[in-house]
Amino acid sequence: MIEYQNLFTRVQLRTNSHGPAHTGLPLPRGDFDRTGKPSYLYWLGKFGEAQIGPIYLGVLGSASIVFGVLWFWIVGFSMLASVNWNIIEMFRQLPWLALEPPPPEYGLRMPPLSKGGWWVIASFFLLLSVMLWWARTYVRARALGMGTHVAWAFASAIWLFLVLGLFRPVLMGSWSEAVPYGIFPHLDWTSALSIRYGNLFYNPFHMLSIVFLYGSVLLFAMHGGTILAVSRYGGDREIEQIVDRGTASERAALFWRWTMGFNASMESVHRWAWWFAVLCTLTGGIGILLTGTVVDNWYLWAVKHGVAPAYPEVSPVIVDPALTQQGASK
Amino acid sequence: MKNSFMDRLGIRWMILGLIGLGLAACERPPMESQQLGYRGTGTVEINNPRLQQAVLAANKAPEPLPAVSSEGPKASEVYKNVQVLGDLSVGEFTRLMAAITQWVSPEQGCVYCHANNNFESDDLYTKLVARRMLQMTVHINSTWKSHVADTGVTCYTCHRGQPVPAYLWYEQPAPKQGGAMGWRNAQNTPATGVGLTSLPYDPFKMYFLDKESIRIQSTKALPSGEDRALRTVESLQHTESNYALMMHFAGSLGVNCTYCHNSQNFASWSGSRPQRVTAWHGIQMLRDLNLSYFDPLKPTYPASDLGPLGDAPKANCATCHQGVYKPLAGASMLKAHPELAAAPAK
Repeated sequence: MIEYQNLFTRVQLRTNSHGPAHTGLPLPRGDFDRTGKPSYLYWLGKFGEAQIGPIYLGVLGSASIVFGVLWFWIVGFSMLASVNWNIIEMFRQLPWLALEPPPPEYGLRMPPLSKGGWWVIASFFLLLSVMLWWARTYVRARALGMGTHVAWAFASAIWLFLVLGLFRPVLMGSWSEAVPYGIFPHLDWTSALSIRYGNLFYNPFHMLSIVFLYGSVLLFAMHGGTILAVSRYGGDREIEQIVDRGTASERAALFWRWTMGFNASMESVHRWAWWFAVLCTLTGGIGILLTGTVVDNWYLWAVKHGVAPAYPEVSPVIVDPALTQQGASK
Repeated sequence: MKNSFMDRLGIRWMILGLIGLGLAACERPPMESQQLGYRGTGTVEINNPRLQQAVLAANKAPEPLPAVSSEGPKASEVYKNVQVLGDLSVGEFTRLMAAITQWVSPEQGCVYCHANNNFESDDLYTKLVARRMLQMTVHINSTWKSHVADTGVTCYTCHRGQPVPAYLWYEQPAPKQGGAMGWRNAQNTPATGVGLTSLPYDPFKMYFLDKESIRIQSTKALPSGEDRALRTVESLQHTESNYALMMHFAGSLGVNCTYCHNSQNFASWSGSRPQRVTAWHGIQMLRDLNLSYFDPLKPTYPASDLGPLGDAPKANCATCHQGVYKPLAGASMLKAHPELAAAPAK
């Protein structure tokens, strides 16, 4: 007989033949009902649970989706208009296309629709959508009696998003500083930010953000690997095993204590992971906010503070030719 | 059972196909890398040795015509309407004309510029353009040694046996858009001049004609009020135009950023290679040439030779370099034609 052993089992959990699918805990008074009849998808069961739905939409979720779709449509139709409404060209050139923020001469004023006005409108809808979705993650967690850790981790990502598209443009006095909505164009923006501000790698908050980004990846691999490795002993049932000897939990702990002398606990490893992820966007957002507002050239800043190394000259030493040419244009 | 096996086989082929598609634009290893600067600065040139051969073959200078005597009567004394290089002997002048035919119009011959064997006639616009281009060649070789050194340039550097050089630029109209919503901010279209990126597609007018400042980085660590006034010039969007120009440099010269720049800081001159000074003079030279020679020729051309916005053809890095950092792989054709380096006769 097939037995449901742990989270990593390849057996799919279905109740079709045994009764109706589980719709979840009862909802608090005043909430809407959950939407949709539950169904099962075999391929989805390969990645997670096979059951789809019901979903809780509610006021926040519905409003968020409406504004998010508005943003998506404005961006999509702008891309389509930029290739003169040619759908084939839109898909062909899709990575190149974007909804661009207005040019610098408009500052923080509302530009004409034909010069980035649609970007301002779309950004407003995206802001509403993201903030409503944040409120949804908070309220839904509360409704289930959970902590709000997911909402606050999401808030850290939103912080970076707000810095890029709202706080920094406002401090710089121009919407043109914001990120375009496009695949290659947003990457061009990223490179341009580093080029304009003298190499972002010398920004200490960018350094911290990279530490937490790579740190998150490392922790994710360590924790995921450890738990998968002890799943044969029921490693996912951490708490019920934690006080016993010879359990999956103890083996997982001993593996790291023997490997590197120290091990996280089953509880603390999730705090490590949460903080690393949260600090990645938190420090990153600080780094972007300081760029152009209080630091104009990160390389020179790093030279001033003894961070940037000086390399020996290998080629013949050169000087700025504009300095040696009297009256030459730069 | 059989179906499931076929399914798996299908998925495997699909994954293999996707990997193949994903790698289709890549060049196979090994590449040759050459360290050009201090270790750790990333100053390395990476080349595909299998493509180098074809590039060198496409940039080979032709054999020069045999030298002739500078004795004898001057061209201006023998021929009529000789406005440039009239100081040459008839032999030298004729040799140069033969060379120009070989360099510029080998199929069309003399009549490409000279109307019906009436050599003194200025009836054909091509002759007027050719005369101005001869003056320009002498101008480059005599006053822009900071960029072309003693290697110099000849007609062939750009023309390569074609009446119209392969790499010229015109001002570019915005791609056709559908109404106000389709605004692209003069970028986001794969343009060959800027390496098929989504960067601004026409940095040439901005930097090689309008002389806009390329220096977008601040020279101070912290911002000041003075810097804020320049915010429009030094905006991120302006930086993208600069970036587009640099993509053009890299593509035209067949090099990476670090051929000139120290990746630690692109603006810093210390740690840059001397080639960057040569490139800086190249920018000044192109501005001079486009403003003094190419742009003013606009009324001379028939409409069919003008760009989509009605401007004259102009030069950028690719016009001479054509994919190599030293045009014609550094071969000096000027040595066989020293008359093209002489200061223009007053």
